[in-house]
Amino acid sequence: MFKTVRELIDLAEMKELPISEIMILKEIEDTGRSREDIFAQMSNNLEVMEAAVLRGTTESVTSHSGLTGGDGILIQEYLKSGKALAGDTLLQAVSMAVATNEVNAAMGTICATPTAGSAGVVPGVLFGIRDKLQPTRDEMVRFLFTAGAFGFVIANNASISGAAGGCQAEVGSATGMAAAALVEMAGGTPAQSGEALAMALKNTLGLICDPVAGLVEVPCIKRNAMGASLAIVSADMALAGVKSRIPCDEVIAAMHEVGLRMPKAYKETAEGGLAATPTAQLLQEKIFFSSSKKTRS
Amino acid sequence: MKFRSVFDIIGPVMIGPSSSHTAGAARIGRVARQLFGKQPEQVNIHLFGSFAKTYKGHGTDVALIGGLLDYDTDDERIVDALSYAEDIGLKVNFFEEEEEAEHPNTVRLVLKLGEEEMKLTGVSIGGGKVEVVELNDYELKLSGNGPALFILHHDRYGAVATVAGILAKHEINISYMEVSRKVRGETALMVIETDQSISKEVADEITGQPYMYNVATLD
Repeated sequence: MFKTVRELIDLAEMKELPISEIMILKEIEDTGRSREDIFAQMSNNLEVMEAAVLRGTTESVTSHSGLTGGDGILIQEYLKSGKALAGDTLLQAVSMAVATNEVNAAMGTICATPTAGSAGVVPGVLFGIRDKLQPTRDEMVRFLFTAGAFGFVIANNASISGAAGGCQAEVGSATGMAAAALVEMAGGTPAQSGEALAMALKNTLGLICDPVAGLVEVPCIKRNAMGASLAIVSADMALAGVKSRIPCDEVIAAMHEVGLRMPKAYKETAEGGLAATPTAQLLQEKIFFSSSKKTRS
Repeated sequence: MKFRSVFDIIGPVMIGPSSSHTAGAARIGRVARQLFGKQPEQVNIHLFGSFAKTYKGHGTDVALIGGLLDYDTDDERIVDALSYAEDIGLKVNFFEEEEEAEHPNTVRLVLKLGEEEMKLTGVSIGGGKVEVVELNDYELKLSGNGPALFILHHDRYGAVATVAGILAKHEINISYMEVSRKVRGETALMVIETDQSISKEVADEITGQPYMYNVATLD
């Protein structure tokens, strides 16, 4: 049905349908499942995301390593002070992205979007924007189909794996997906969704995957926070009429190329970048020394 | 196209922290468990690439064991899979391999029960999606572009026809198929790639036929 963003947008324009609907139609055609069945599964995914957001913004979760947790709550409390510089919507999204990834790091239940390490961006943006746009439950489910449609193109033309393409493939992809879906929810055109995706992805190009001690915690959680904020700003720019000078599909191809040429030390091996800093080395020793003792006692 | 469904992108629902290193690992473990058909008493786990470097941090170890205990990616028992394995007497040994595999997230599982042994090599390609690339020293030539069905069966006439018949009845189209065996008249392996998903009911129907040993599916 579609392999590129261009084809996806053309299809939506030709049929005069939103991207989310094109994705649903494709899913029906490819799997033979009913619309109700497909919608119900996505609705369930939405519930899992909501539960993770709620947990991470109300309950102080701590990861097994003890390295992370509680920042979602910190940002929530700061928001209540009314002093937030970035504005409520943006910071809500940031706190919820952080919350989701803190739950993930604590081995809680999440929905991968497109991966677990980048699972905070899409729900962060979706639930962060809820007060502002007041979407219906169905519109929220549609947001996920739209995000999925663009993620589908990225996954098949580039990568969504940190081990294969670095963090640009994970948080970068999630940021582009969220930006594109947000444009549709805010009433933008399919073409504007593509522009938002292009702008988001351009600004995460080259982002390496350098998890401290190999854990999906540092810097993953804060990268989800920044991904959520970048997604909202990209959507705003696209809705304002700003266009990417490099077409979206070419940005995706560039991301693929950068991923292929990225040194292995920066692709989820915990051998370079932040993972190779003296503090990271110390943390790694501390975590694995104490955790191996813990499991054996 | 490696990713076929919107739920490959928005999903799976899973226990954290990593889709490739936790959910993907659980799925590979579970396919191995299903194909083995029973609880092994010992499993040797050989990790390659990023799996070898970061498995402790990502919970790859507990996820693989969870899968080998037949848990799904969102089963909360994964967190304590090590102690569940201990409870039922499953011995697990991990090996961090230096050798370079084609994909950074590769694992080879060797399942044992008494004299019986099964080897499976799986790859976690991202977002929780996995592929099986080797089974009992047979290199599988699956494209990874469709759902896959693995059937261990008695090497006997009619086995292929039985399976093909059931798939046809459920309007499932076969896009690729290979049958391999080591010794005539003993155990053979049928690997089928299809256009449509294979439900648990269809897999169970195949398992229920004569001469079929174990069936596993991969979406």
